[in-house]
Amino acid sequence: MNTLLTHSPTPLISGEKLTCIREERLLFDELSLEINAGDIVQVEGPNGSGKTSLLRILSGLSQPYDGQVKYKSQTISRCREEFQQNLLYFGHLSGVKGEMTAEENLKFNLALHGNNTDDTLAYLAKVNLLGFEDSLASHLSAGQHRRIALARLYQSDAPIWILDEPFTAIDKQGVASLEQLFLQHVKRGGCVILTTHQDLISIKPEQVKKITLDYSS
Amino acid sequence: MTLKAQSAQTTETLTNQTDNLVQSSAQLSYTRAFMLVLKRDLTIAMRHKDDIINPLLFFVIVITLFPLGIGPEAQTLSRIAPGIIWVAALLATLLSLDRLFKSDHLDGSLEQMLLSPHPIFLLVLAKIFAHWLITGLPLILMAPLLAVLLHLDENSYGALVFTLLLGTPVLSLLGAVGVALTVGIKKGGVLLSLLVLPLYIPVLIFATSAIDTAALGLPYSGQLAIIAALFFGSLSLAPFAVGAALKVSTN
Repeated sequence: MNTLLTHSPTPLISGEKLTCIREERLLFDELSLEINAGDIVQVEGPNGSGKTSLLRILSGLSQPYDGQVKYKSQTISRCREEFQQNLLYFGHLSGVKGEMTAEENLKFNLALHGNNTDDTLAYLAKVNLLGFEDSLASHLSAGQHRRIALARLYQSDAPIWILDEPFTAIDKQGVASLEQLFLQHVKRGGCVILTTHQDLISIKPEQVKKITLDYSS
Repeated sequence: MTLKAQSAQTTETLTNQTDNLVQSSAQLSYTRAFMLVLKRDLTIAMRHKDDIINPLLFFVIVITLFPLGIGPEAQTLSRIAPGIIWVAALLATLLSLDRLFKSDHLDGSLEQMLLSPHPIFLLVLAKIFAHWLITGLPLILMAPLLAVLLHLDENSYGALVFTLLLGTPVLSLLGAVGVALTVGIKKGGVLLSLLVLPLYIPVLIFATSAIDTAALGLPYSGQLAIIAALFFGSLSLAPFAVGAALKVSTN
């Protein structure tokens, strides 16, 4: 399960001349990027600069105005199933159902993406939710919702992680353990693409590649 | 002897291991994905009973109000009974459609479903089936009881149940296309009715016509066949349309 892709010359995920237009404003134009196994990529920029749009385009949720996204040199629409098996996208919205318990939510999320659902309690313990597994998610706080969704990261064997503001509403301790998890993940040959407004604490600046979006119009 | 036994054991464990591997890859199987989403939606509906009760209550209230408004003459009531029951069923379904994708869209679980490695049409089909179990099936069970209130002709009960059995899934399937198209719009309710109601009209016409024909003691298999054709047509095409529409809506 833990053997991910070994380092290979072809980039894991790449964008070619991506152009994004939202509300008649050009957010980025002819943006090309290549992300290899072992990369931690932080997308930076002020609010409204198109960070989320870029991540949604890379994950295949949105279509770029122009250009294409490739997974191992194949356009993602051509290999949708394979790409999505190797992708973990974590968006602004946590996708947690208030009517289900923490454990049921995690189990569903794991099973939906074809992951093993045996040790859910262990993963809930890793995000400090042990003792809450039988509480309905609607009785939990916003941060705990995010934690339920993030618990999936501990079980995921997908090499590509696209995380949009993963640290929102997470306390300091949680952020630190997530950063450790990211480092482990890239060591196993995965890649992490994330946006955050906070500075990364335990991940050193030289380990992070940065994409800065600054739209000017 | 012992050696032989050991080797037999090792081969056994080996086959067990391969079994396990097969099982873990079978987690992507179609039936499993279908049951997963179906079970989830039913669990949510059971814990959020408004979804089940609201459309059913609407159906019951509308039908019980008609005899009060029109008067208790059996002849008039039995004449209009098929139309009333079917229009009420149609509006009750329309009322319940909004919940189909809206809450999933609002909390982000729809995005996760679109990004799962399973084919979208399968997940969509499971959601529509859950919707039918929650709204369509209770209507079918209640309809014969309410038909008594409307003095429905006794020959028509079979036709009523059969048309509802074939017709309500069509309402759920076609409705899902409309919901998927409007789910990204903040106030899509009016647009949804405008989109979906015209598609419901053929079902309404043939269903009521089948019930009327049955009351005359004539065979109504023709109308049933047309509703069945609508059912299988929408069953095979609607999930793909819904999948495409959801992709557009979340873009």
